[in-house]
Amino acid sequence: MPDAAIDEIAPPAADPTTDREQNIEQDLTAEKTVGEAFCENAKMSMRDVKVFYGEKQAIYDVDIDIGQNQVISMIGPSGCGKSTFLRSLNRMNDTVESCRVAGEILLDGENIYSSKMDVVELRARVGMVFQKPNPFPKSIYDNVAYGPRLHGMVNHRSEMDDLVESSLRRAGLWNEVKDRLDQPGTGLSGGQQQRLCIARTIAISPEVILMDEPCSALDPIATAKIEELIGELAENYTIVIVTHSMQQAARVSHRTAYFHLGHLVEVNDTQKVFTAPEHELTEAYITGRFG
Amino acid sequence: MEKLHLDQHISKQFNTDLEALKTRILEMGGLLEKQVDDALTAVEEADSGLAQQVLEIEPTIDSMEIEIDEECTLLIARRQPTASDLRMIMAVSKTVRDLERIGDEANKIAKMAIQLSEEGSSPRGYMELRHIGDNVQEMLHNAMDAFARFDAEAALSVVPQDKKVDLDYKSAVRELITYMMEDPRSISRVMNILWTLKAVERIGDHAKNICEQIVYLVQGKDIRHRI
Repeated sequence: MPDAAIDEIAPPAADPTTDREQNIEQDLTAEKTVGEAFCENAKMSMRDVKVFYGEKQAIYDVDIDIGQNQVISMIGPSGCGKSTFLRSLNRMNDTVESCRVAGEILLDGENIYSSKMDVVELRARVGMVFQKPNPFPKSIYDNVAYGPRLHGMVNHRSEMDDLVESSLRRAGLWNEVKDRLDQPGTGLSGGQQQRLCIARTIAISPEVILMDEPCSALDPIATAKIEELIGELAENYTIVIVTHSMQQAARVSHRTAYFHLGHLVEVNDTQKVFTAPEHELTEAYITGRFG
Repeated sequence: MEKLHLDQHISKQFNTDLEALKTRILEMGGLLEKQVDDALTAVEEADSGLAQQVLEIEPTIDSMEIEIDEECTLLIARRQPTASDLRMIMAVSKTVRDLERIGDEANKIAKMAIQLSEEGSSPRGYMELRHIGDNVQEMLHNAMDAFARFDAEAALSVVPQDKKVDLDYKSAVRELITYMMEDPRSISRVMNILWTLKAVERIGDHAKNICEQIVYLVQGKDIRHRI
């Protein structure tokens, strides 16, 4: 993962096309996030979050709340820090040696970077689905059962059977795989593999699910299934999704956050962002004027 | 977000398409301004030839409506527009409908002009028609001008004019009713002028609708039914 993370913060290609863009970029540091970054029923809250890779600062002073049972999408051009931000939410950045996170990230009011926080437990509470489906080289059953077994969540085989079935059902995959649970997960199609990964994530009953471009390797049908699933999952979980597809953000999320060069530029209701964004940069990005 | 930058997309084709859409709607607006002007002149001057010309142009306007609407649908399918691009396309799609209705009203006025020239002119009502007609033509002109410049302020200033037109229309109706009671022989001819006035008043409503769309397009605010 370190390589991918470092790619994310590589400085953008230095070809600012217009003076207007250049001026906007200079102004960013002085600006505050526009829109409504805070909400009442916050599941996770970030206050003054900064992320550094060595000397290089990747995220600047981010303040935002993520509401309970909310789907929030993070959009922005490549290298804007949205994946870095996502990874800091369950301390995936700990795996990058040079990475340093400052500020507060609270999960139910508890700072996840405090020394008291058990990282394994944190990652069970804040699960993650990656860009490329990455099932374990094990059977479909074991892919789902792995987490619960690791965390000692069940005692009997029958309980495990139930958990595997209910997880696969919630991931919308049960009917397609129920007759071949002993076959390898890697033998499934891309879209099925991604739903298997989602089943694996929800098997350990997380509270928050982070999704890093979960559909970018999938075809439109598989994408539609995952998007449908995100809507259903939001009834029980809080979901943070990073996506390059603006249409996807518009379809699945309640709120949308726009990142630009490590700054959180705008957070608003998705409807507002895609019809009448407040910030000029958000407008420019979602209408395809740069990016 | 007061400024629109519809010409700065990465996709040059998208810039061209949006620009073409704007040009088409302004072209249609220009044509409608002329239709309304010709129709009103035809009534005032009892010029059935000019009125006939207005009727002949009507099908062109109908097909413009269909073409521009198709263009909007195609752009939505092809580009999945967002923000100001989306508002632009929605505004154009609604404006085109109002413009086509203005065309219908101009058509009605032209038909009245033909009747009036056949049945003999109305003894009353021309002054009111000229007054309200001038106001409405100015509204329409200002609306299309505001569209051309994406000027929300200018569009907003047109909206209250419609209230004035409505009042003028009501008072004209009252006056003409009084006249018809005094001289029942003139009823059929005065009615023709009344229908014409009604059509002109409706054009004012459509011009107002267009202005509301311009405010939405530029500022992202929906002001319908609020002013």
